[in-house]
Amino acid sequence: MTLLRVENLAIDVARDGQSCRLVHDAHFSVDRGETLAIVGESGSGKSLTALAVMGLLGEGLSVSGGHILFDGEDLTTISARRHNDLRGSGIAMIFQEPMTSLNPVRSIERQLTEGMRLKNRLSRRAARARALELLTEVGISDPERRLKQYPHQLSGGMRQRVMIAIALSCEPELILADEPTTALDVTIQAQILSLTSRLCRDHGVGLVLITHNLGIVARHAQNVAVMYGGRVVERATARQLYRDPQHPYTQGLLASVPRLDLPRDTPLRPVPGAPPDPTVALPGCRFHPRCPKASDICAEQVPDFIAEGGHEVACWNSGIQKLKSKGAAA
Amino acid sequence: MTDTTQNPETDPLPRRRSRFRATLVRDRKAQAGLAVLILFVIGAVFAPLLSPFDPNAMTLDMMSGLSWTHPLGTDDLGRDLLSRILHGTRVSLFIGISTVGIALAIGIALGLVAGYFGGWLDLLIMRYIDLQWAFPNFIIAVYLVAVFGTGLLNVIVALSLAFIDDFARVARSMTLSLREEQYVDAARTLGFSKGRTLFIHILPNAVAPIIVQATVSVSYAILGEASLSFLGLGVDAYTPTWGLILADGRGFITQAWWLGVFPGLAIMLVVLAINFVGDWLRDALDVRQAVGD
Repeated sequence: MTLLRVENLAIDVARDGQSCRLVHDAHFSVDRGETLAIVGESGSGKSLTALAVMGLLGEGLSVSGGHILFDGEDLTTISARRHNDLRGSGIAMIFQEPMTSLNPVRSIERQLTEGMRLKNRLSRRAARARALELLTEVGISDPERRLKQYPHQLSGGMRQRVMIAIALSCEPELILADEPTTALDVTIQAQILSLTSRLCRDHGVGLVLITHNLGIVARHAQNVAVMYGGRVVERATARQLYRDPQHPYTQGLLASVPRLDLPRDTPLRPVPGAPPDPTVALPGCRFHPRCPKASDICAEQVPDFIAEGGHEVACWNSGIQKLKSKGAAA
Repeated sequence: MTDTTQNPETDPLPRRRSRFRATLVRDRKAQAGLAVLILFVIGAVFAPLLSPFDPNAMTLDMMSGLSWTHPLGTDDLGRDLLSRILHGTRVSLFIGISTVGIALAIGIALGLVAGYFGGWLDLLIMRYIDLQWAFPNFIIAVYLVAVFGTGLLNVIVALSLAFIDDFARVARSMTLSLREEQYVDAARTLGFSKGRTLFIHILPNAVAPIIVQATVSVSYAILGEASLSFLGLGVDAYTPTWGLILADGRGFITQAWWLGVFPGLAIMLVVLAINFVGDWLRDALDVRQAVGD
């Protein structure tokens, strides 16, 4: 059974009696020991989707359609109590800002052992022993001393390592990492990412890596889902996506990342325009106003997902789409 | 309050103890405050042993000045002032601390709940707090004593209820800003209950302003009891309290200055000492200030 399968997820925000759809159609799946990257720019709905999986959508936000199947259980319909039980021990989350995601007045030991003692009913001694183990595992030297310290005494990279240890502490099956390295030094970013993906692989934990950086996806994720304007527009393995991006948005993203294997003076090509305003209704493909390949149908009808060899894309003008329609005509 | 913020099981004592010690060594005012408070507490505990006379025993030696027999003089009924002040310490300290303890517990609980859950609960709690806020604390205490009658318990209840709004406001405003912190979200992603998040993750971060409020309030509570006694709404006419002594001596202040000065001095010293100790506690409980390596 797939560990996490999100199907046609829609998230609405209600404000002043009006509701507005922020996530239209998110769908992807992750298995144990596997890493899925969700890529998209700010406001594409990737963090909201993660919060919906955690069941921690903020005030006014609600899931208005679709399913989130975790281990066969639909998280959109289970009770709040059951969802709370799953948090920590079933699904854990790593946040973007390690500087602010640890409680400043509590020692590392208390924060690291809290989940184990409460959720896994470990004794103080056992939790402490496991905390030392975890700290060693996430590459923190002198864990005995670190346990006694407070967050302000650790560097950003070390705090993120502690966050990873906390996320792993209750032995979850799935970890959602919401831009876990955005706030860190470039030199630390790579370390933290390979640490996270290695630990998840070793522990058989499914990892959802939310990022806007396509560069980090290639090395650490097996599968990629590209989100645009609250919709997943392309889904493929990392290899397929890099070799043969189908959606013009994905192509645009890849073209805007500097590459070492191209001549040095090759200009970067940014994606023109700005992401769509979720409060304005936009028929058809949400990317069409910025799309270089847009045709008439793009503004009228939402493209369906077309799959070819595990590579799925929602675009009227993609290579796969053309291949399929040619096949249908013949 | 210590009980709600610190878990003795998960927090090794030596570390916390050494933090208190480390900050105390640096803080002269805290040392002085602590010394004064300890003296008063000893005085209160051993009042019957330390007092040279029965605090209510009347003698013919009325309004005599400072002497070896009566170190602080006697009042208009010939009662020994030192003995009365020592006995008064018991009541005044007890009222000051228990009043703030009760007000703190109720006020913080109300403020935390209002700030964290928001919505109609917040509206309900805070409108009541606003209503209470509109009246001076002392007026409320006078009203409550007038309704429920005098006596030690009633004075404590009246004063504590009167102070609830101060704590509720501080706690609510801290909660409002702290609940948006990412570590509070992080705590929720680990599946901790709302109550746990509120008391274990949010409250300890709000300790500093609450302690400041508490020390100021202890002072006000002691003064409040003194004022109630002064108005004849205090514990009773026979239990000496600082306020009652002051009230009794008021009429004779021109002939016997000690009747006003010494109980007033006692109030001032304790209030000052509590404020110094409060400042020290605030620093000692702030890990960012106290731990420096």
